[in-house]
Amino acid sequence: MKSPKTLLIAFALALMPAAAGATVSPASAVPAEAAPKETAAPLPQPGEATDGSIATQPAAAVSDDGSLPGYTPMKPTAGIGMPQAEEVNFQEQFSENGKYAKNINSYILLPLCIVISLVVLALLFWVIVRFRRSANAEPSRTTHNTAIEVIWTLVPALILVGIAIPSIDLLAKQYDPAPAGAVTIKATGYQWYWGYSYPDNGGFEVISNMLPEDEAVARGEPYMLAADNRMVVPAGVPLRIQTTGADVIHSFAVPSLWFKLDAVPGRLNEKELTITKPGVYYGQCSELCGARHGFMPITVEALPPAQFAAWVRAQGGTMPGDEEAAPDAPATDAVPAEGGVSTSNPAALQQEAGQPGAATDVAE
Amino acid sequence: MTTIAATPGDFSHEGDHHDADHKPSFFARWFMSTNHKDIGTLYLIFAIMAGVIGGAISGLMRAELAEPGIQYLQTWATWHNSMAGQGAASLDEAYHMWNVLITAHGLIMVFFMVMPAMIGGFGNWFIPLMIGAPDMAFPRMNNVSFWLTAVAFVMLLGSSFVPGGTGLGAGTGWTVYAPLSTSGSIGPAVDMAIFSLHLAGAASILGAINFIATILNMRAPGMTLHKMPLFVWSVLVTAFLLLLALPVLAAAITMLLVDRNFGGAFFDAAAGGDPVLYQHLFWFFGHPEVYIMILPGFGMISQIVATFSRKPVFGYLGMAYAMVMIGVIGFVVWAHHMFTTGLSVNVKMYFTAATMVIAVPTGIKIFSWIATMWGGSISFKTPMLWALGFIFMFTVGGVTGVVLANGGIDDALHDTYYVVAHFHYVLSLGAVFSLFAGFYYWFPKMSGKMYNEFLGKLHFWVFFLGVNVLFFPMHFLGQSGMPRRIPDYPAAFAYFNQIASFGYVIMAAGVAIFLINIIYSLAAGRRAEGNPWGEGATTLEWTLTSPPPFHQFETLPHIK
Repeated sequence: MKSPKTLLIAFALALMPAAAGATVSPASAVPAEAAPKETAAPLPQPGEATDGSIATQPAAAVSDDGSLPGYTPMKPTAGIGMPQAEEVNFQEQFSENGKYAKNINSYILLPLCIVISLVVLALLFWVIVRFRRSANAEPSRTTHNTAIEVIWTLVPALILVGIAIPSIDLLAKQYDPAPAGAVTIKATGYQWYWGYSYPDNGGFEVISNMLPEDEAVARGEPYMLAADNRMVVPAGVPLRIQTTGADVIHSFAVPSLWFKLDAVPGRLNEKELTITKPGVYYGQCSELCGARHGFMPITVEALPPAQFAAWVRAQGGTMPGDEEAAPDAPATDAVPAEGGVSTSNPAALQQEAGQPGAATDVAE
Repeated sequence: MTTIAATPGDFSHEGDHHDADHKPSFFARWFMSTNHKDIGTLYLIFAIMAGVIGGAISGLMRAELAEPGIQYLQTWATWHNSMAGQGAASLDEAYHMWNVLITAHGLIMVFFMVMPAMIGGFGNWFIPLMIGAPDMAFPRMNNVSFWLTAVAFVMLLGSSFVPGGTGLGAGTGWTVYAPLSTSGSIGPAVDMAIFSLHLAGAASILGAINFIATILNMRAPGMTLHKMPLFVWSVLVTAFLLLLALPVLAAAITMLLVDRNFGGAFFDAAAGGDPVLYQHLFWFFGHPEVYIMILPGFGMISQIVATFSRKPVFGYLGMAYAMVMIGVIGFVVWAHHMFTTGLSVNVKMYFTAATMVIAVPTGIKIFSWIATMWGGSISFKTPMLWALGFIFMFTVGGVTGVVLANGGIDDALHDTYYVVAHFHYVLSLGAVFSLFAGFYYWFPKMSGKMYNEFLGKLHFWVFFLGVNVLFFPMHFLGQSGMPRRIPDYPAAFAYFNQIASFGYVIMAAGVAIFLINIIYSLAAGRRAEGNPWGEGATTLEWTLTSPPPFHQFETLPHIK
């Protein structure tokens, strides 16, 4: 039985992003107006990214397009990193392993599926036409043919060995451990939103909720895939993606990166991922996790490293090597709780958890 | 392959005891039955009713998914609430209802439609007839199996009217993964659903013991194991799978109950347990379960293909041992259902390779069916149409299974509609096609009436078209990235979802034709002779009258 408190919290959770949009101050709306023009192109120029000067500013209020000083959310490119209408194939891939896997499917598995299905269909048609009762009144009594039985056992076995070789190779590649310098990002599944924490960058955590339909449309993003705060990562750099679950099992999945890893409570799963190109890549939770399982999207934004650094600093985080520049790393009381945007340390997260729209444990 | 040198009438009942056909009164006959044929009939009626309910639930799902957005869920959830005396449904309750629908659809179709129909229905009816036995080895236990299944079904339906966490009913998915099913679902609904599985599982274990004892001990003189019809082989293998797999499920869901109610922590990471342990236990049952659902279908298809080709099954021993091999390998591939849980690379490589091996015995079966038809004299009666449809559709479902077997490829497809498409091709177009094939094949034997051939063929073509329109686009959705078990989806997925929902309507029309055919044929069907299929039908059930006498084979047949 659901307690009234739980209902209230769940309801507040639903309204939270809308409330965030509604409470934006006029002052912050102005940069938001200007910002999209600079970043209208899919790939913002690295030169426009800020350096240390921005990082010294306190992170200011978030505008309703999610921008921060030094960071404007990248506009997604239609058809990139998201499903397309009437699409029959896998999405275009933006990781090396994804390209390899998609090629294995396109050039080995899919043709094989089609050929085998057509061979069986052709045999069936031949048998139906040639051996129908009106064409063949007297059935043969053949019940054995050792040679053909050996052939139809061995040939499929050999085909499977042929599949297994690239398939095992793909697995080995997917399990290559991330190099020492990889950027670690930990995705935590909550009922029903994602938290992305950046242990290499001061340990702040970004809380990511689904954007309501009108806001997603206003931002030019696909509804049900767009999140208010994105998992921002550097492009072209090895990432160490870790997943865990806070309450039940979730699954962190991004189809255009060929990436899916369950977020299991009590476990820390880890996989290497290198995104080859800056862009916005969408995914959805892929393990049944309760009522709002369908409504906890994943939005990954891959930025050129310099812009990623600017984003980290806008979050109040640090880049490796600039400890001096930002002494007490998680200086995030500056990040307003108002937008429910991001919290930089566990204490702040805890605090925010008590507020509507943040982490809640509905099981109680 | 058994060739029985007997003609219809050889085992008819001139010599039988004079009251061999004496039937008990209605209540005693149908509620206290110890007769394998009556219990089989009960199972079939039960399975058809459960199938209609489970199919109606999928209709609700396809209606909601026909276009993006939440159209009906909240209205339905409010109705549902009012049935349990509660007020208007919140959005979360509406979403929870979605999870209740997918859970109920899965559990009903697996435990209360396919299994009761194949094993309880056709197994009960035809195993004793095919091996020349008077009845099952343990007739009273047989009755217990059926009524436990019926009570289990009532329990599952009842669970949807008690609280299950975010709303009414168990919304855990048929897999009942912890911790969603433990700390994530407060309320008695999940406990009730688990008890329902316990009862259904106990019923199946009892049934499995019964089939094993019957097949191993009660074959007619001269019927060695290697002369048994392939349907008997398939049920024997299935019974062993049930006997070995279901206790593991029982253990896993009992551990869930302990975690839920008695402070246990088997699957609670915070107290040293492991949620992934549940998945290992569940799939150690769950993977053999998918073969439990398809192996009897393999057996039926073998009988039907041989009958309507007027030719013995090609490669009989290969066919029998391919099923044994599928059963054995079925126990060592379970973790391919868990490729994304964070398995180590070696484990994933092993399960990739082991899973692909299953394609070999499955391929043997497909090719042997074609070879059985090769050189035959094929008539295309309704059961044969379903068998041909089965062979092709199962091949399509099989090749996508090979794709999914690759752990690295599965990273993109796991828990997407591609998986939904795959298992509906092997189940909804595989197991269900074989059920319809078997139903039309044996309907004259069971009822003593011929079904209507025109309606039967119409049923096939409409259903065949419907399920393909329904499930084929799901491959595209899955490749494009649409996750399973979501009540709403990004607009990009709208096109194929709409087509799938149209397909559902066509399929439902097919089911309506099926039901009309049953009623029409029972009421006005032509009387069926003992063997309506001619010389191709060589198994023992065709030597009896249609329907067979209440007690058969009081004088045991001798198999040469």
